[in-house]
Amino acid sequence: MNLTLKKFQVHPFHLVAPSPWPILVSFSVMSIMLTLVFNMHGFMHNNYWVVFSAIVAIMTMALWFRDIISEATYLGDHTLAVRKGLNIGFILFVVSELFFFIAIFWAFFHSAMAPTIELGGVWPPVGIEAIGPSELPLLNTILLLCSGATLTWSHHALLGGNRFNTLLGLILTIALAVTFMICQYMEYSNAPFTISDGIFGSVFYFGTGFHGLHIIIGIIMLGVSLWRIYTYQLTNNHHVGYETSILYYHFVDVVWLFLYIVFYWWGT
Amino acid sequence: MSLKLNIQRWLFSTNAKDIAVLYFIFALFSAMIGTGLSAIIRLELANTGSPFLHGNTQAFNVVITAHAILMIFFFVMPALVGGFGNYLMPLMLGASDMAFARLNNISFWLLVPSLILILTSALVEAGAGTGWTVYFPLAGIQSHSGPAVDLAIFSLHLSGFSSLLGAINFITTFINMRTIGMKYENVPLFAWAVLFTAILLLLSLPVLAAGLTMGIFDRNFNTSFFEYAGGGDAVLYQHLFYWWNHPEVYILIIPGFGIISHAVSAIASKPVFGVQGMIYAMWSIGLLGFCVWSHHMFAVGLDSDTRAYFTSATMVIAVPTSIKIFSWLATLYGGTIRLNVTALFALGFIFLFTIGGLTGVVLANSALDIPFHDSYYVVAHFHYVLSMGAVFSIFCGWYLWSPKILGLHYNERLSHIHFWLMFIGVNVTFFPMHFLGLQGMPRRINDYPDAFIGWNQVASLGSIISIVASIVFIYVVYDQLTNGLHQGNKALDSQFKPSFMGTNLNVEGYTGPTLEWTVSTPPSLHAFNTPAVLY
Repeated sequence: MNLTLKKFQVHPFHLVAPSPWPILVSFSVMSIMLTLVFNMHGFMHNNYWVVFSAIVAIMTMALWFRDIISEATYLGDHTLAVRKGLNIGFILFVVSELFFFIAIFWAFFHSAMAPTIELGGVWPPVGIEAIGPSELPLLNTILLLCSGATLTWSHHALLGGNRFNTLLGLILTIALAVTFMICQYMEYSNAPFTISDGIFGSVFYFGTGFHGLHIIIGIIMLGVSLWRIYTYQLTNNHHVGYETSILYYHFVDVVWLFLYIVFYWWGT
Repeated sequence: MSLKLNIQRWLFSTNAKDIAVLYFIFALFSAMIGTGLSAIIRLELANTGSPFLHGNTQAFNVVITAHAILMIFFFVMPALVGGFGNYLMPLMLGASDMAFARLNNISFWLLVPSLILILTSALVEAGAGTGWTVYFPLAGIQSHSGPAVDLAIFSLHLSGFSSLLGAINFITTFINMRTIGMKYENVPLFAWAVLFTAILLLLSLPVLAAGLTMGIFDRNFNTSFFEYAGGGDAVLYQHLFYWWNHPEVYILIIPGFGIISHAVSAIASKPVFGVQGMIYAMWSIGLLGFCVWSHHMFAVGLDSDTRAYFTSATMVIAVPTSIKIFSWLATLYGGTIRLNVTALFALGFIFLFTIGGLTGVVLANSALDIPFHDSYYVVAHFHYVLSMGAVFSIFCGWYLWSPKILGLHYNERLSHIHFWLMFIGVNVTFFPMHFLGLQGMPRRINDYPDAFIGWNQVASLGSIISIVASIVFIYVVYDQLTNGLHQGNKALDSQFKPSFMGTNLNVEGYTGPTLEWTVSTPPSLHAFNTPAVLY
């Protein structure tokens, strides 16, 4: 039984060697879910096991991504055909993320367009002091739009072979994104309502919270790309990881614009 | 083979064929549990007065919830999309493997934790007696205070994530990995079917995931998405759920359509009638599947304009579905039909799925759906399209391709016995449910007035026949695995060699079987290490 990669192949696709990471990730995810449920219902008295399972899952995923990086950078497995597949796959993933956010907006409109009698028949509900569009969210919008611009600058600099501008643009992008997260933290800390304050609080924190989570994921992706550009792993004609990070980050940017328009402006 | 190699091959697998085999084993395992649960349901309903569960209605609801989730997520989807899809789609496209081999592996391995979570959910405290739809407020913290519902929701999250990754994989494989000369119009119908299934999964599952996450938040983190006291609305859950669930019913049946197309073509020795029409029919079924979700919600108080729209949009789906049914009939027409077990299951599918489709058209009318909602008429309808549509197509695919996949042949006579027992069993079980539903017997209730005893006893008898049929099928598979070489390799013969009575002339335009029949039996691990070239 020959399970190892055949030495010669006449097609351009990547036959991946057997890998222990998928099964380890899935069982550690099961562990997260079981411990989380039993924590939430008082079967367990601390969060250690949830955190422990999460660390195992994240570390295993990191090893998985390390394998992908070795295959891409050092083993030369990522031919043009494989790169095309990776790009298609990532675009499809972003499409699925888009539908996740569509569901959140659906929840918002479901209540905002027909506020129930419990809310006083108005939106924002009676007693809720919503955060308006000319407050901190305006700064946040400017920050994200700027970070989108610096990211595009960095991408074009990479395509043009300008290493300094690539790194500078990317560092600025990450700095702007981190500033955005700090602003979001300040907004959350000072908001006059909580996630428990009826449907407005629920959908506001659910929507902006999941968006913030995606920004964090975007920052991690861009950070990895920065490191890989710095170490010459990504070049001006082979940087799939950077392309997908850029796509992801722009997607999260666009979601913010809709959040800003709907949650902060139309919805207040 | 050493332990190390076995672990590498089966636990760390990056090979679509091995993963497909794992999916088949997993699906068979879950199907057995699901069948056992259905037996409990029918024993409970065999007479009035709760003869089996002694009045424990919560236990009954837990059983129906687990039965539905096991059959949908852990039997039909893994078998059709995971099993047949993984094995056959790369072969039919002439691809070396799936596009993302490790993602393929995690798609399978996420299902195992998911199954563990759902079984745990049925066993802890009072279990999740919510129905598989997990409607709020019944699934809310006030009604189900224990961890069972959270476990069930997390189980759906995991299996959803598994299907989502699988969908990304299938679409990418389809777009990127077709072999040289394989244009879109040359792609076999089953591969098209898997593509449409994957697209439906990709666009619908994230919405379910969001809805379920909101449910988790409502239950544990004090939000009010589905909570009226906080201004939320439980109907929102139904919208998000059915945005996913209506495409989901096509996800369950479209791969079956693909299998039946291949089977019908094989048993009639003719090309499928109107291949392009078949492709566009599947496409429009998928597209329309996103435009009809509220027909599951006619009873929540939608206004009549909305109901008029959803009624008409739903009935439009009968058009592409009819195109498929009539194209299969036209494929059979004039063919040299050999009545092997594949043919029996394919014909059984066409006949019974049509009945299920017609009761679906009845239910599509909102005026009729108001009285039929949540009655046994609905149960009869979806079992005709699922346990006689999707499940018959799984058996059909098994009898058509398993000799190719395993290189081992099954016992023809036993397989015929399996078909007839199954055919009689499911019809005796589910046909009387139409009558019960029309007379007003509600679903998900474990007792009923004495007037319904007669047909319920008939249905319970039928379920025992189906269970015997399932045991026969297990024996057929056992016999195939242990004794398959001695049965001779009649697999290809019975499908493709002209029979003694049949014509030896090729029907004009029949280009022969698809690419998966050209490789060795059983196919080697990477069948197309050298690309197949079409011309």
